[in-house]
Amino acid sequence: MNLTAVGAIYRFEMARFFRTLMQSFLSPVMSTALYFVVFGSAIGSRIQEVEGVSYGAFIVPGLIMLSVMTQSISNASFGIYFPKFIGTIYELLSAPVNFIEIVIGYVGAAATKSLFIGLVILGTSFLFVDITIAHPLAMLAFLVLTCLSFALLGFIIGIWAGNFEQLQLVPLMVVTPLVFLGGSFYSISMLPPFWQTVTLFNPVVYLISGFRWSFFGTADVAIGVSLFAIGFFTTLCLAVIWWIFKTGWRIRT
Amino acid sequence: MPSIVSVKDVRKVYDSGHEALSGVDLEIQEGEVLALLGPNGAGKTTLISTICGITTKTNGTITVGGHDTVTDFRAARNLIGLVPQEINLEPFEQVINTVRFSRGLFGKRSNAAYVDEVLKTLSLDDKATAQIKELSGGMKRRVLIAKALSHEPRVLFLDEPTAGVDVELRKDMWETVAQLKAQGVTIILTTHYIEEAEAIADRIAVINKGKILLVEEKAKLMARMGQKELRIELAEPLQALPAGFEDVDLSLSDDGGTLIYTYDTAGERTGITSLLTDLQKAGIVLKDLQTRQSSLEDIFVGLVHKEDEA
Repeated sequence: MNLTAVGAIYRFEMARFFRTLMQSFLSPVMSTALYFVVFGSAIGSRIQEVEGVSYGAFIVPGLIMLSVMTQSISNASFGIYFPKFIGTIYELLSAPVNFIEIVIGYVGAAATKSLFIGLVILGTSFLFVDITIAHPLAMLAFLVLTCLSFALLGFIIGIWAGNFEQLQLVPLMVVTPLVFLGGSFYSISMLPPFWQTVTLFNPVVYLISGFRWSFFGTADVAIGVSLFAIGFFTTLCLAVIWWIFKTGWRIRT
Repeated sequence: MPSIVSVKDVRKVYDSGHEALSGVDLEIQEGEVLALLGPNGAGKTTLISTICGITTKTNGTITVGGHDTVTDFRAARNLIGLVPQEINLEPFEQVINTVRFSRGLFGKRSNAAYVDEVLKTLSLDDKATAQIKELSGGMKRRVLIAKALSHEPRVLFLDEPTAGVDVELRKDMWETVAQLKAQGVTIILTTHYIEEAEAIADRIAVINKGKILLVEEKAKLMARMGQKELRIELAEPLQALPAGFEDVDLSLSDDGGTLIYTYDTAGERTGITSLLTDLQKAGIVLKDLQTRQSSLEDIFVGLVHKEDEA
């Protein structure tokens, strides 16, 4: 294992994050604060408790997940797409590194950034609502796993994308709807039975449900199922990335 | 001496079906400067990319320092520095950071003194903390070389190092190459500027249509294939070639003032003595003599044309 190389990639990527602190950090925090004001305070004050929790507190895990998922994808996809776009990927391809090291470097940095953002949003939420975390360790584990798995997905998107439009396409057309319809702002038990069944095909439901469980001890789906879902999703992403590097798809000619 | 880079029967067929390399064999000696000369689309960049691991080969084997570039890619790539043709750099990075990144990527521990020295060699030391977007084109190219040298490679590939670079900068680049060679770095450069190969290479490989047409020491190549021209300026212009010289490779310039005799330096006899004696016998008075060796360009054009006709 070329750990020096992993460290070099990781540091280089993190340096970009800190150089663009405004856009990489303030904007997600800003938009989340807006969600708190609009959904939590304004609309939420008219909504009764959901599953025994005030609505303002109920949406906290969903909001964190929403930010963490979109940030992981955009960080990781941009991280690997940018070298492809400006051509510096030649160096990565001619360096004595294998795909595991490249993935650890890029995905690790992207996941770190979104984990950081997730924690800051969590901190911000304490300013708006009164919440206690029932299972802090499980909460952290869910957060880390979500950051990692969605950064892996972002990495795949970044390699697949042939232009900036495609880079935005999957997050916009697939991920955002899945996250919004995955119960970020509501409990799926609030839906009519038919839509409850449809929702169960949305993988994001399991992640948000599990994450919410770590806060409030209640969940839409069993916690074991949530864990299995996130494990399965991570494995799937890893398998795709393994295949990408084995075949050189969209990277090596 | 064993070769440091060994390319054996390498073929590359792209997905489009285009065969960029069709059975390339090439042995590169340690410490030499080899110029890979060929027209656009000849396969120069594909060959370099294949050796460096950016392009996968269809078949054949490549070793660098005795290490197979596929099965033992880490050891092989550790020895290689690559300067690509395009200026591929992150515009917002600082020069020093991108050079340090390259060193780390190749698994080398950070070494500030060495990195400083590389920047100094390339006259980049006062630009170390500058953002890359602030640099001129020539400076950016040097940053690429600094990145390639950052991990102390033994073999340096320069893909068209002076494409689109002005004359002064080109001379600078040649000096840099000479400096690196003096430090013991093996250098392979691709170019389609013949004068570049002529100026800095020890050996020249000519590639066209994915095939190496020849590899030869520059001096030998020019001597072996070079033809010489003897230009004889006459005191009085002639209307036509004098009689009795029809069997000799002699021609008359348009203005009739110069006789041009072409001969092969590799031949046993150049025929110069007898030609001059015969001219004297024919009563022709000479004003001046000049000889001119045909350039690498003539040789190159001859080779590539012959290949194209075949």
